[in-house]
Amino acid sequence: MPNQPAEERARNFKEVALGYTKEMAMQEAARCLNCKKPKCVQGCPVQVPIADFIAEVAKGNIEKAYSVIKSTNSLPAICGRVCPQEIQCEGACILNAKDQPIAIGRLERYVADEYMYLDACDLISAKPECPFIDEEKKVACIGSGPSSLTVAGYLASRGCKVTIFEALHEVGGVLVYGIPEFRLPKEDVVAKEVGALKDLQVDFVTNYVGGKTFSIEDLKEQGYKAVFVGVGAGLPRFLNISGENLCGVFSANEYLTRVNLGRAYDFPNYDTPIIKGRKVTVYGGGNVAMDAARTAQRLGAETVHIVYRRTADAMPARLEELEHAVEEGIILEVLANPIEFKSDGSGNLASVTLQKMKMGEPDDSGRCRPLPIEGETYELETDLAVIAVGTRPNPVLLENEPDLKLNKWGYIEADEETNETSIPDVYAGGDIVTGAATVILAMGAGRKAAQEIARRFGIED
Amino acid sequence: MANKILKKEQLIPGQTSKLVIDAPHIAAKAKPGNFVILRVTERGERIPLTIADTDPESGTITIVYLVLGKSTALLEQLNEGDDILDLCGPLGKATELHSGGTVICVGGGTGIAAMHHIAKGNHEAGNHVVAIIGARNKDLLLFEKELKEFCPEVLISTDDGSYGHHGLVTELLKDRLEKDDSVIEVVAVGPVPMMAAVSKTTEPFGTPTTVSLNSIMVDGVGMCGACRVTVGGETKFACVDGPEFDGHKVDFGELRQRLAAFSSLEKKSFDHHCRCKCNDNS
Ligand SMILES: Cc1cc2nc3c(=O)[nH]c(=O)nc-3n(C[C@H](O)[C@H](O)[C@H](O)COP(=O)(O)OP(=O)(O)OC[C@H]3O[C@@H](n4cnc5c(N)ncnc54)[C@H](O)[C@@H]3O)c2cc1C
Ligand SMILES: Cc1cc2nc3c(=O)[nH]c(=O)nc-3n(C[C@H](O)[C@H](O)[C@H](O)COP(=O)(O)OP(=O)(O)OC[C@H]3O[C@@H](n4cnc5c(N)ncnc54)[C@H](O)[C@@H]3O)c2cc1C
Ligand code: SF4
Ligand code: FES
Repeated sequence: MPNQPAEERARNFKEVALGYTKEMAMQEAARCLNCKKPKCVQGCPVQVPIADFIAEVAKGNIEKAYSVIKSTNSLPAICGRVCPQEIQCEGACILNAKDQPIAIGRLERYVADEYMYLDACDLISAKPECPFIDEEKKVACIGSGPSSLTVAGYLASRGCKVTIFEALHEVGGVLVYGIPEFRLPKEDVVAKEVGALKDLQVDFVTNYVGGKTFSIEDLKEQGYKAVFVGVGAGLPRFLNISGENLCGVFSANEYLTRVNLGRAYDFPNYDTPIIKGRKVTVYGGGNVAMDAARTAQRLGAETVHIVYRRTADAMPARLEELEHAVEEGIILEVLANPIEFKSDGSGNLASVTLQKMKMGEPDDSGRCRPLPIEGETYELETDLAVIAVGTRPNPVLLENEPDLKLNKWGYIEADEETNETSIPDVYAGGDIVTGAATVILAMGAGRKAAQEIARRFGIED
Repeated sequence: MANKILKKEQLIPGQTSKLVIDAPHIAAKAKPGNFVILRVTERGERIPLTIADTDPESGTITIVYLVLGKSTALLEQLNEGDDILDLCGPLGKATELHSGGTVICVGGGTGIAAMHHIAKGNHEAGNHVVAIIGARNKDLLLFEKELKEFCPEVLISTDDGSYGHHGLVTELLKDRLEKDDSVIEVVAVGPVPMMAAVSKTTEPFGTPTTVSLNSIMVDGVGMCGACRVTVGGETKFACVDGPEFDGHKVDFGELRQRLAAFSSLEKKSFDHHCRCKCNDNS
């Protein structure tokens, strides 16, 4: 797929991947073997009928392909961009054995974009035209990430009245405040998908915090018959090392929220400030670390290091993002673990002490453990550190809903079949149930809950 | 639209104003100690402000703010009848109210307004509330009248001696603690150096001391960690674990440094704002 040239894109926030043309998409689709029992579908958490939609693309029927995808995936323009395809659909593709797998994600993205740019949204069959909305079938979603958006799309298109309550001033969850513009455009993609839900009469109430502005009980009193909790796992983890509260040390959430939600990349035209950093270090090896590092690069850093305690091939990030980051000049500082942040003497970050690591034997989980090489430490100059080592469940809602049963890690316990919680008619899904995971898994959970809600409403059996 | 400004009063012209805002959903839940996060314009920054008072019956909340930089300057441009673009709350933990004694509430500058709500809560919890308020001079003093409505004692100090005691609030506080052993708690809200000084003053007396920390915030719901403060050697998030903490355990030096983290950028933002405004006028 064509991309913006690395030198150019490393200095702007425009989308990196430019997308297929129709010819390219049809050519790629023509490589599909049309397996009788397509493995790719099993690899997809929401079971997009991949072979069917690809067959339509091969014939040039893009609109038909779109409705096939939409039958199980309500946010294809997003999934096509952010799914870790190499371990999901494409990872299962039979062509992996001898050749490149079919670029399923790119095809999905192409099809979804075509449709969005044509603005043919209302003509697509998977979304009933102007469904009759039954004001009695009231459903509330708390949080507006992909899990809630999926619940809303599913139920609204079946005539339920859905309201989404979001703590922040913009809707989309991590899709708007976490994943950067250059990977997932906010106006052209996220806002359009949200707009389609508004067409289905889904209401969005922003600046409303579950557990603070309202409780689950309040919602029940207001006549909501079912509640879906999709509040994500937002509380950032830190490294718990000395110097971590120096000015210049950020959590990835703060750094990315300032840039994405606050549009700090356009400061001072937007009011949210950000420290740009000259020598930037980012800690972690997942998508979040890649996003933070590439954001720092785009804000004009001289050098950006990703510090990771294992080797590069063990990084959990999407392969494409890792490759893009390296192309853009990000330096991988692997087998290194931060042990101290040092100050310039006036409370600002000046450097980090790193411990050299080596890979040990595989443990019970089969994964090799990184071990420190005694006595081997070194200093790296850094004036901006971004910590991207994971999150914990956000306590704001949970603390105020003591009846909601949590598992031993502090996440909400939900029934595997229905996603119902310990409170009847209250469902949960996404990162607040699984811990930080993926967009598509959050959507899968939302879909499961929505199906159960629809069943209890008697809309579906 | 919601969040309409019903009443605006300039408490100190050009410097501190009070807004009464129509926000029934927040008023219904707000407790002493809570704050809101607001945004004034589409391109604006999210800023936290304490809920200085609530009236659940009329569905209003009151905020009092000091015009410091761009966001508060934009807020100051709004008038009665205008809407606040985004208003989110009530956030933060509510004040833990103890009962059965004397509670001294110390307020400095704009902090007096925040302290007012906590003092009121303590009064309603049945405590004997002593308010100690201070400012640089008489004209900068807030809420004296409001506090007198429920505080049997309101002690005042000014730096220049233009009103009340000539000196610092901590002098009044120390004096009081020496004479009065019914004090079960001291609460301080105000500038960081003042809260630090109050905590230091109460330490030898062993009086439990609560401070309300004004660390820099972004989301205000525990997602970003911008507001982290060190309390008793542990990292806490002021927006969800606080904003009130044990003053004897807070690392005030670190808080001061973190509050200055964006100062040069904030100045840039403000200058940019002034330039744009001047251009608009021309
Ligand atoms: C920087 C970054 C990059 C990522 N990259 C990828 C990727 O490339 N591919 C991928 O598949 N996944 C990626 N992920 C993970 C993915 O985004 C998440 O797994 C997914 O968004 C989880 O969805 P969710 O519905 O659980 O909630 P979230 O997206 O976390 O949204 C939760 C929403 O709930 C709101 N909320 C929280 N508490 C309350 C409350 N009490 N009341 C009201 N609202 C509340 C939050 O403000 C938020 O808007 C990434 C995550 C991050 C942070
Ligand atoms: C829980 C809490 C309650 C508060 N209550 C009040 C109140 O009742 N009245 C009042 O006048 N002020 C209050 N503040 C402080 C208020 O938020 C800041 O004065 C305001 O954000 C300044 O914004 P600005 O753009 O006008 O100034 P800026 O030029 O941006 O900053 C001026 C100074 O304000 C502080 N500041 C800047 N941005 C933030 C931010 N996002 N969050 C917190 N502090 C910041 C910094 O110390 C900075 O140096 C409170 C702060 C907190 C955390
Ligand atoms: S939703 Fe994700 S896993 Fe499923 S087909 Fe699309 S890209 Fe592949
Ligand atoms: S302001 Fe973001 S965690 Fe407190």
